[in-house]
Order: sequence, then C-alpha cells, then structure tokens
Amino acid sequence: MFGLTADWSHEIFERYFTLGDYAGGEARWCPGCGDHGVLTAVHKVLRDEQVVPEMTVAVSGIGCSSRLPHYMGTFGFHGLHGRALPVACGIKSRRPELDVWVATGDGDCFSIGTAHWIHAIRYNMDMTMMVFDNAIYGLTKAQTSPTSPTGMHTNTHPFGAILDPLDPLTVTLGVTNVSFVAQVVDWSPPLLYEVLKAAHRHKGLGFVRIVQRCPVYANNYVKDLLGHPDRILLLEHENGIPIDNSVARQFRNHRSHDPSDISAATDLARDQSVIPVGLLYHNPNAPCYEELSSRGSDMTVEQKLAGMNAALDTFTI
Amino acid sequence: MLNFDEKVDLSLDSVLLIYREDEKRDGKRPNRLNRPIMMGQSMVDEATAAGNTTPAITIHEHIVEIVSDSGEGAQKAGQTFGAVSARMGNGVWTVEIIPAEIQPPARSPAGASGIRIRLASKYVTNMGDEADLVVAFNEQVLYSRIANGAYKEGTVVLLESKWRDDPVEEIRAQYAKAVMEFRANGLVVHELPIELACLELTSSPRKGKNMFVLGMLCHIFSRDADTARAQIADTFRRKSDEVIALNIRLFDSGMAFARDHLALHFHIPPHPDQGGRWIVTNGNQAVGLGVMASGMELVSMYPITPATSASHYLADVFHQVGGFVHQAEDEIAAIGFALGASFSGKTACTITSGPGLALKTESLALAVMAEIPLVLAVVQRGGPSTGLPTKVEQGDLLAALYGEPGDAPKVVIAAATIAECLHFVILARRLAEAFRTPVLLLTDANLATGVQPYPRPEPSAEWLAPPVDQSTWDEEVPPYAWDERTGLSPRPIPGMRGGEYVLTGLAHTEQSKVAYDSDSNQRGCNLRSRKLAALAGTLKPPKVHGDESGDLLVVGWGSTVGAIEEAIDRARAQDHKVSSLHLRFLSPMEPGLKEIFGRFRMVMTVEINYSDDPDAPLITDDTRRYAQLAWLLRAHTLVDVDCWSVVYGHPLQPGMIHRVLLKHLDALEAIH
Repeated sequence: MFGLTADWSHEIFERYFTLGDYAGGEARWCPGCGDHGVLTAVHKVLRDEQVVPEMTVAVSGIGCSSRLPHYMGTFGFHGLHGRALPVACGIKSRRPELDVWVATGDGDCFSIGTAHWIHAIRYNMDMTMMVFDNAIYGLTKAQTSPTSPTGMHTNTHPFGAILDPLDPLTVTLGVTNVSFVAQVVDWSPPLLYEVLKAAHRHKGLGFVRIVQRCPVYANNYVKDLLGHPDRILLLEHENGIPIDNSVARQFRNHRSHDPSDISAATDLARDQSVIPVGLLYHNPNAPCYEELSSRGSDMTVEQKLAGMNAALDTFTI
Repeated sequence: MLNFDEKVDLSLDSVLLIYREDEKRDGKRPNRLNRPIMMGQSMVDEATAAGNTTPAITIHEHIVEIVSDSGEGAQKAGQTFGAVSARMGNGVWTVEIIPAEIQPPARSPAGASGIRIRLASKYVTNMGDEADLVVAFNEQVLYSRIANGAYKEGTVVLLESKWRDDPVEEIRAQYAKAVMEFRANGLVVHELPIELACLELTSSPRKGKNMFVLGMLCHIFSRDADTARAQIADTFRRKSDEVIALNIRLFDSGMAFARDHLALHFHIPPHPDQGGRWIVTNGNQAVGLGVMASGMELVSMYPITPATSASHYLADVFHQVGGFVHQAEDEIAAIGFALGASFSGKTACTITSGPGLALKTESLALAVMAEIPLVLAVVQRGGPSTGLPTKVEQGDLLAALYGEPGDAPKVVIAAATIAECLHFVILARRLAEAFRTPVLLLTDANLATGVQPYPRPEPSAEWLAPPVDQSTWDEEVPPYAWDERTGLSPRPIPGMRGGEYVLTGLAHTEQSKVAYDSDSNQRGCNLRSRKLAALAGTLKPPKVHGDESGDLLVVGWGSTVGAIEEAIDRARAQDHKVSSLHLRFLSPMEPGLKEIFGRFRMVMTVEINYSDDPDAPLITDDTRRYAQLAWLLRAHTLVDVDCWSVVYGHPLQPGMIHRVLLKHLDALEAIH
C-alpha cells in the first residue's frame, strides 16, 4: 500500500533519532549566553534531518563556543586554539561520509586561526562552520577580539579598542571558491535554525557568522543592536533562507537579495551601517576538496600491493 | 685531509694530462693521443682490460665527486652514475652537496653544488673520507670542498678548462691562480675542455655537459654503456625522445673523450652477490615508499627543506596505492589535518624538518594528551632557527623527546640506514595504532639525500593499515578504557555506533570528560607514561658491534652508523678494544644499556649536534654541555658517558671518528 514496505518502515522506527540522541553533557555556558541558543538549533537541525549520531563529528578549537562538542551526543574533537578547521578538513579528507560541524569563535577563527579560515573557504569541504561572534574573548576574560567595535572597553584596551574591527564577511566573500556565506543573530531562534539547516544542506563549506551576546563581557555590543533594530537588514529571496512570519515581524528592515550575486553580497557586507541577516552568497556548484583528497579510499589490498610493487619496480636494479 | 697551510712542493703533473696544449688554444676538438700514459704498471690488472687502449686497474674502492655551480646537473649525473654502479653490483653511497640558494652566484665557493659517489666492492654505508677523483665545472667551487676537507694529496681533479680563455680578465686570473694553488698543494689537476667538446653536439653545453661527464666517469670506471644508456633513458623518461637521444649522444661522446684522452681506467669488481632483488633509493624516497607500504593513505605536509622531497616523491606515485598528499597552508595546519584523519580512523603521516617540528609542538602535545595515533617524520637539518637548511645535523633529539611544555611521553625512533627509512615508517604506523600515540621518526639530511642499494622489500598485506573498524562499540567500555598496568586502551572510531565521545586536549577521565581534579590528572599522566614502559618491555637489548666488552664503547644513533662502525673496524684491526652500539629506539630507550656500559672502561657518544669541547675556554666540568644522546644516556644510566660531537653541517666520516677514538684511547691509557 502506498508503495511502502514493512521493512522500510521498520528500519525508520528502529533508528528514529530524538533531540536527546544529539545531546551530551549539560551546557555550562553562562546564563544568557548566546551559545545556548545555537546549541539548541544545532540539535534541532540534526534531529529534523535525521543525521546518524555516530556519523556526526563536532569539531572545535578553544574558547567558550568551542565547548560545544562536549554538549553533543555525537563524536567530538575539542582541540587547539585556532586549529579546528585543519582538524575538521582532515576528518573529511578520507572520511567524506562523516557529517562534520565546526564550532569556532571570533578570536579562534578570525585571529589565531586566520590562515585556516581563509584556506578552509578555499578547500570548500562539505561541512557546516559556525563562528560564534560575540566580539570579545570570553574564556580568557574580556580581551579585545578582531571584531570588537572601536572604543569597546576591554582588559587589553581599558581606554577603548583602538583599531577598526575586521569585517569577516567581506574577507570570506573575497576568498577563491567561497560557496556559502550567511549571517544571523542569536536572538532570532527560528532564523538561526533555518540558516544552520541551509548551511548544513549546502554541499560545500557552509560559513555562518552568528552575531551573539556575551552578557558578561560584551553586553553593550548586542544591547546597541537591540536598541537599534533598524540596523539589522533581513535578506529575502526565493533562493535564500525560508522566512516565517515571526522572523519577518522581528526584523522591520527587509531587502530582496539574490544569493547568487556575489557583487551584491559584497556590497551588503561592506555597508557598515547595517547588519545583513540571512543568506548573502550561495554557489551550490563550487568544487569540494574531498572529491580529490578521498580518491582511492576504496582500493583493495591487492590493488595496493600491486601499486606498491610498481613503485618498487622503478627503483629495482 | 688536504691542508693548505702545509706547502707541498709537487711538480706540475704531466703523468695523466694528455690533452695537447696547442690544440686547446686553437679551439680545435682534441685529438686522440697516440700513447696514453699509464699509471704504475704494477697496478695494472690485465685481465680486466676490456679492449680499451688503457687497461683497467682493479681497485676495490673509490670516492668520486662532481662539483659545479647550481643548475649544471652534477647531481643528476652523479645519481645516474651511482645507479649504474649499483646495477653493476657495486656497493654505492651517494651524498649531495647542496647550496642553500636555488641559484647562488656562479663561480662562487659558497655556491658549490654537486655530489659525492663512493663505490666499492663491498657494502658501503657512508660517504667515506677524502675523495679520490673530482670532476669540477669551475675552479672556484673546489675551494669550499677543500675547506671542508674533502680532498687529499693526490686527489685527481678533472677541471673544466674553458675559464682559462674566458673573455673576462679577472676570471682568467682567478683560474690561473687556483690551478697553481691546487697543484702546489697536492691536487693532481687535469684541465679538460669539457664544454668545448659538448659544443659539437649541443648549442647549450651548460645543460648537457653533465651527461658528457657521466660518459667520462662510465669509461673511467668501466661501466657497461648499455646499462648507462638505459639509466639515462629512465632519468629523462618524462622528456621527449629527442632529449633522451641528445643526452645519450653526449654520454657516448664523454665516454669516447675519456677513452681517447685519459689514462684513468679502473675496474671495481662487484661485491659478492647478496641474493634477491635490490632497490636503489635515497632516504626521502624510502620514507615515501614506507608510507605507501604502511597502508597510510594521507600525508599532510608543508614545504620545508630537506623534508619536502619525500612528499614530492609521494605526490608522484601515492595514487598508485590510493593515497593523497595534502599540501597544507602551514606546518600547524599540516599536522592538524593529519590529526583529523587519524582521529577519523585513517592514521596519517606528516613530514617536516626542524622549524616545522617547532611549529608542530602544540599539536603533538594534543596527540599525546588525547592519544591520537600519528606518524611524524622529521628529516633533521642544522639548527637552531633556520640554521643550515640543506645540511645535516642530529640536533632535534631532545626537541623530539621533550619539545612540548608539560609531560608528553611519545615514541621516538631513529632510522640509521636508508633501508630503515622505509621499514621504520611501517613500524611507526603500527606502533602509533597499537599504543595510541604519536610516533616520531627521525631521519636527517644525510639519509634524505644519500643513495644506497638495499634489498627490495616484499610488500605484505600485513603491513597495511586494517580497514576502518565500523562495528558497534560496547557502550560499557569507556573511550579511554585504560589497562591499569599498561595504559593501553581500545579506540572508538567515528562511525562506530555507541562509541561517541568527545576527544579533548584538556585533562580528562577515562570517559573523556573534562576533569580538573588531582586524581584524574595524575592518573592520565601515569597511564600515558606507562605505555612507553609497556613498549620498552617488548624490546631486546641492542647488539654490540665488536666485542661485548673492552676499553671503549661508542654509542651512536641515526645516520652515523656506517661511519662509526667503519671507524670501529679500523681501530679493531689495529688491535684496539673498541666496540660500538647504535640505538634505534630513543623513547622508550632500549633496555639493558647500563649493563652493557658496565662492560667497558669508557663509554662515549659520537653525534652530529652541539657539545662543548671540554678543553674550550670557560668550559669546566660544571659548565660543559653534552651532546644530546650523551645527555639522555647520562640521565638514563647514571654512567659517566662522555661525548664527541661536531656541527660542521656534513656527515661524519670514518677517518674523523677513528682519530677521535685513538685520542680517547690515549687518554684512557694515561689514566691507566
């Protein structure tokens, strides 16, 4: 009936994953931290997409956001400061079937890990990359980050941050082979969910910058935005992020933006008067590095021994 | 060793210089001499003369160098000559002479580029002492070799003579002065119009004369011409047929030139057949072959001298076994990428040299802390800092063991021969997985560029990494289910249902939960350390070369084994009670050392890294810093291990070590 077999339905029910299957230890971020909302959205995307938990790896560097793998029920790799991306790319290189999520922060990604950020965009491996950007170093207690606004008071710049902040979107959009660039704010859970889902579905590196709260060290950063909702610009397009009524009501400024238009995306990113949220750029056809790096994974022992002997033949006297 | 301070009065040799001066000045092609002049008749072995005008003299060993400016193909000629000699059954060791710059100024001593080939009727394990024969493309490059003690009185120099008639007066003057100095100091210089002869065949002799020189050498050493031609075709297999044909013509012409104009003609009999098939590679190619034979599928690297040629080789052939070379954005990303692959169940390899090792330390500590298998090959060069990028040193031993802040016990092994460069990669992968730890494999620039024949390995399915385990994990077993005695534990791999855990570089429990409490940290450290003890328990005491007891025991590690054992053999032939032993495992240390050391009156290490000379200014027993292995052995055995080490940037030579042994034996005698 309806073309469904008993076996098929049996398999589905045997391995239907609930939110609990993706949850790990109790999150120990500060109350009010934006990280909690991101974690919830990640769990929901995984549940709704029915991603197999043991085939999922959450990779992170060091920082508050990089604690995320510990709160996942999947495999996780909580490594070194700034080095989440090389590890994630390495995982993907020979095991492209694994579902890899990268959790990194503004210090981890845009400062100590800058080289890896640029090159990971270029490698464009099929994974989801979330930059938790609260414009401050939280775990080490309130130092200036590359995205701290000029004048922000921090422990390293008590009289106010002295440099103009780095703009992660223009940098990302400027890298060869960029394939997916989105931005979202943590105080819109439905939009956060949709953006992460789209990034996850995208074949290639789904780069998502999440502008978010650090209620302890950078509360004013977000307060300014909350006090000026006009500064947030919701991007709409049929090829963009699906927007429901609640999101449409939350952000009063809307603009139609075709995510295939990289020039328009760059213009939006460069406009420092607004914070665009939604999908800035999407190219579903950019080549992924694992298509090259995983070649030969299926070789048999006999083939390998033959290849090895052929290599030795060239040196044999 | 040739010493320019001692003025040796040696009349201009005319014994072997055959080329007529008047013809040369006229720029004509040299004619065949009517009467080649032979070396001492008593040395001639009539039986080996193969129809040439000059009968070949049978010798059992010879050291040849080709020295040139960069880019003149000396190394290609030398490698081809070495390969041909190996194919003809000689023991061979070749070592490259490499300037640090890609294109250093022409005709400068510092730009000396080239190759040394040691040939013998026995198995050759090192570069030997002073060269017997040198082909030099200009006279200036010889100065740096002389400064390195590469030549002796009587070393024959076949010198490109075109500089004598160079349009630039300064060059003519330099050339004339050099030839005079060389002769005055005992070098037997033959000036030969090599480029002029090549001009007959090619308009760009600078590119082609290396094959001409190969032809000369092949005649001089009675190499089989067809074997050489086949080797040339192989060397240029990526080039067009025309290029191959031209190079073979240049080779033939060089052979004829030597036959017609040089009375140098030797025969080096093959060494007794060791049986089976042999291969000829350098140490970096051997590392590459080892990676392939080990079943590792990924090498993640960043360019650095002298490690990179291993990755070049792999980039060429790795696909034959399904592997991939990832060129990362930096050294840190290279090891991070490898760690990711290893974590995912595909143990990976990263290959680097000193500065790269320094950059990788933090990641290496993560691999120790989180127990991630990894193979890290370190091709050592001179340090510290950028140091001597193209030259050899054994200066990374302590950095390999102790480079990481905090306690980071890991396996460190060192290849002593080129064959070991291959086999130890296979060993390293197995140890890394069995003990769930990074394994550092130390080689060096001497092994990396040295070329030697050795038995061809028979690749085995058992050498390959097993398929990634995707079975269901027993959820009762924690991800670090440490065996309390050994510290060993099974490892969950992504994809194993029920095996989900979060690897962390933070202190953790056996459940891999972050834990800052005293007991968890102490326990983790204990168990990571005990793995090394468990491994040590499987090792046998090292074998002593020479008698099991005696006056002096020399301990070495890495690429110096050949030179040390040759020096030991010379001293033993003089009835000295000396022996040596060579360590392959540095962490954990091989067992039984204290007991072995106790059987000798004196123990010393011989190494290529820095140590204070005990007689140097300011140096006392309190201030003396020891060589790196000596430092380790003193701490490990509480034996008063002495050391001798230098950082000349080139491989140790048996003669050098032999002199040191005699000096130490004298000192020992004085105490007695």
